[in-house]
Amino acid sequence: MSFYGLVDGSEKSLIHFLDQLSGVDQVGAEARAAMLATRSIKTSSKKWAIETAISMVDLTTLEGADTPGKVRALCSKAVRPDPTDPTVPSVGAVCVYNDMVEIARTHLDSIGGEHVPVAAVSTAFPSGRASMEVKIQDTQDAINAGAAEIDMVIDRGAFLAGKYGLVFDEIVKIREVCGGKAHLKVIFETGELVTYDNVRKASYLAMLAGADFIKTSTGKVAPAATPPVVLVMLEAVRDFYSMTQRRIGVKPAGGIRTTKDAIKQLVLVNETAGPEWLTPDLFRIGASALLNDLLMQRMKMSDGYYASPNYVTID
Amino acid sequence: MTFEYAPAPESRSIVSIKPKYGHFINGSFVAGKKHFPTINPATEEILSHIALGGVSDVDKAVMAAQKAYTKTWSKLSGKERGKYLYRIARILQERAREFAVLETLDNGKPIRETRDIDIPLVAAHFFYHAGWADKLDYAGLGHSPKAYGVAGQIIPWNFPLLMLAWKVAPALATGNTVVLKPAETTSLTALLFAEVCQQAELPDGVVNIVTGDGSTGAAIVNHPGVHKIAFTGSTDVGKKIARAIASTDKKATLELGGKGANIVFDDAPIDETVEGIVNGIFFNQGHVCCAGSRLIVQESVAEEIIEKLKVRMAKIRVGDPLDKNTDLGAINSKEQLVKIKELSAIGDAEGAERWSPQCNLSNKGFWFAPTIFTGVTQAHRIAQEEIFGPVLSVLTFRTPQEAMDKANNTPFGLSAGIWSEKGSRIFWASQHLKAGVIWANTFNKFDPASPFGGYKESGWGREGGRHGLAAYLKTGKETGAK
Repeated sequence: MSFYGLVDGSEKSLIHFLDQLSGVDQVGAEARAAMLATRSIKTSSKKWAIETAISMVDLTTLEGADTPGKVRALCSKAVRPDPTDPTVPSVGAVCVYNDMVEIARTHLDSIGGEHVPVAAVSTAFPSGRASMEVKIQDTQDAINAGAAEIDMVIDRGAFLAGKYGLVFDEIVKIREVCGGKAHLKVIFETGELVTYDNVRKASYLAMLAGADFIKTSTGKVAPAATPPVVLVMLEAVRDFYSMTQRRIGVKPAGGIRTTKDAIKQLVLVNETAGPEWLTPDLFRIGASALLNDLLMQRMKMSDGYYASPNYVTID
Repeated sequence: MTFEYAPAPESRSIVSIKPKYGHFINGSFVAGKKHFPTINPATEEILSHIALGGVSDVDKAVMAAQKAYTKTWSKLSGKERGKYLYRIARILQERAREFAVLETLDNGKPIRETRDIDIPLVAAHFFYHAGWADKLDYAGLGHSPKAYGVAGQIIPWNFPLLMLAWKVAPALATGNTVVLKPAETTSLTALLFAEVCQQAELPDGVVNIVTGDGSTGAAIVNHPGVHKIAFTGSTDVGKKIARAIASTDKKATLELGGKGANIVFDDAPIDETVEGIVNGIFFNQGHVCCAGSRLIVQESVAEEIIEKLKVRMAKIRVGDPLDKNTDLGAINSKEQLVKIKELSAIGDAEGAERWSPQCNLSNKGFWFAPTIFTGVTQAHRIAQEEIFGPVLSVLTFRTPQEAMDKANNTPFGLSAGIWSEKGSRIFWASQHLKAGVIWANTFNKFDPASPFGGYKESGWGREGGRHGLAAYLKTGKETGAK
C-alpha cells in the first residue's frame, strides 16, 4: 500500500515520516496567531467576511436532548439563516448525531435545502472509546441515512500512547467505509493532544490516511479551536499541498462564538494556507451560537445599528 | 474569491501638530532662531518646522540642567524621583494613542508597531526605572552610588520615543538631569514628551530638549557642563564622539551599529523560524541596529527555509503606515533610501541574487520593498556593512563551528539569533557568539529589565536592567567616598 507515495502504512513508515517533521515552537506559534488577530477588517471586507463565514458554518447540535423538532428547526435555519433576507447564503452543512441524520436529510429536502449536506459525527463521538466494529457500524449507519460528511474522532488514547499505526489504521478503515459517498473529516480533540507538536503530527497522520478535512475538536473539551492550533493545522495543509498537490480542508470547531472570532479565523486562513482555502469546500467552522452573531453583525452593517436579538431567529 | 482587506486607517485627528516648534528648556518652550521642515516620510507632507539648535541654545539647556541638578533634583530622595517617573509612565499610557499616531506620522513606521510595541515599551521603561529610583543602594553597585550630574543624550530616528525612554528614564531614576537631542527627522514625539514633563509637573530643567542636526549634537558632546554622554546611532558618529571626549573626564555609553547574525540550524522549528527571520529583518523596515540582517542557515535546510521565507514575504503588507493592517511602512528619509538602494546595487554588482515580492509602492514618499539576497558570502559587502533597511543577506554553513565563525566575523557585535529545538546546541552557540544580546528561537524582543548593548564596534556600555543603571552612576571611589 502507498499513501500519496509518502508512507506505506506501516507503523515504522509513519514514525519515520512524523519524526522528520519540524517541531513547532509554542511561543512563536502563539505570537504569530496573536499578531494576525490584530488585523482590522472593516467595511466591504467585513461584509464579505461575514457572508463567507455564514456559508462556512457547520450548524451543529450535538446534545443528548436533541429531538426531531430541534433538528428540523436547525435545518430550517441552515437553509435560510435570515428568513427576511434571501441574499444570505445557506450554511455549509448541518451537523448532528447519526440517529438524527435521516430526520435532518428528509427535512432539508422538503424545504428546498437539497444543497445543504448533512454531516454526522461518528466513531463513538466524542470519546472514540468503542470497538472498531462499532465505529464502522456507526459510520455506515450515518451514510445509509444520508450523511454526506462524516466527522470521525481519532483514538486520542492510542495517539498519546504513541500507537500511531492504530490511529492511522482506524482512519483508513473509516475512509474505506465513506468511499465515494461521504467526505471524511477527522477530529483530533486538540484540547486532549495539548501540544502543537502533537497537533502537527495528528494533522499529517490524518491527511496521509485519506482525510478530506482535519478538524480541531468535538466541542465537548476546552480549549478547542484556539487560533494557534488552527494556525498549525493550516500550515500542515499548506505544506501537504506542496508535497502532494492535494488540498485538504480545515474545520475549527468549539469556542468560536462571535463574528470577531470567525473573522480572525478567516484572516488566519488567508495569510497561512492562502486564499484558495477561503471556500466552504476547504474551510468550515463548527458552531451553533456563531451564526446568530454573524447575522446580527450583518444586519448592523446594512442598517447602521444593532437590532434587538428578537430580530434574529433562535433555532 | 479573494479576501481584500479594506483600508483601516487610524485617525490622525487625535494629534495636533503646531506649525513650528522651539526648544524645551528649563520647563518651557523657547523660540528657535532657524528652522527646518520635518516631513511624513510616507507622503512627503511637511508636518511642522523644527528649530535648529545652536551652541547658545545648548548652553542654555545645559545651564538649566545644571541648575536643576544642584537646586532640586539632587536634593530629592529616590522615592520622590520615583513618583515623577511613575507619573510620567502613567501619562504616557493615557496618551498612548496620541503618541503612536504621531510617531507613525513622523517616522513612517506602521501604527501596528507604534501601538503594540514602541509606546507600550516606552511606558514600561519608565515604570521599570521608577521602581529603581529608591533602591539604587541595592542594585549591586556598591554603597550609595551617586549621579553624574548632567547627561547629554543624543538619540536616533529609528525608535524616536523608545530611544528617548531608554535614555531619559534611567538618567532621571539615578538622579541625573538631561539635555536630549532627538534625531533631525523625528523630533515630534520628543517635543510631545516635553508636554508630558510639564503635565507631570517635573521640576523645571530636569529634562531639556534641544532639537537640531549633527552640529547641535556636537555642541552637546563638547559642552564642558555635560558629565556624561549617551548616544545611540551610527558607528561613525560614535567614533567621533569617542574622539571628542577622549581628553575629558566625560563618561559615555555608545549604542552603535550592527550586522546581526540570525543562525538557523537544521533542527529549527521551521515555521516559527521563518516568522523570526521576517521579524528580525523587516520589523521597523529593518531600521533596527540589532536587526537580524545576516541569515546564516545550515545548508541542508537552506532551500526549504528560503522557499518558505519567500512565500511568507509575499504576505507582507507594505503601505500606508497609519493603516492598522500595514506590516512594513515607509523608509524614514530620502537619504536613508538612497543608502539602502546603493548597498543593494552593490549586492547585485557583487553577484548576489536579489528577490522581492511584488509590491505596489507609492510614488510619493520613501519606499523599499522587502528584499533578500541569496548566494551571499563573507566576502560580499552586503554581508559586512550595515544596510539599515529591509534587506536580508542569506549565507549558509555546514557545521556549527562554521556558523559561529561566520557570525563573529564582523566588526560589529550587537545581536544574534539561534534557531534550534535542541537546548544543548542553543547553550553551546550562545557561549561562542560575540554579541551583546542573543535571542534563542525568537528575535527583536525587548524588555526594560534586560541589558542591551554591543561588543566590539557596536558600542560601549549597557542600557536597561541593573547594568544600565551603572552607566548613570558613580560607584566606589568615583563617589568620593573613602
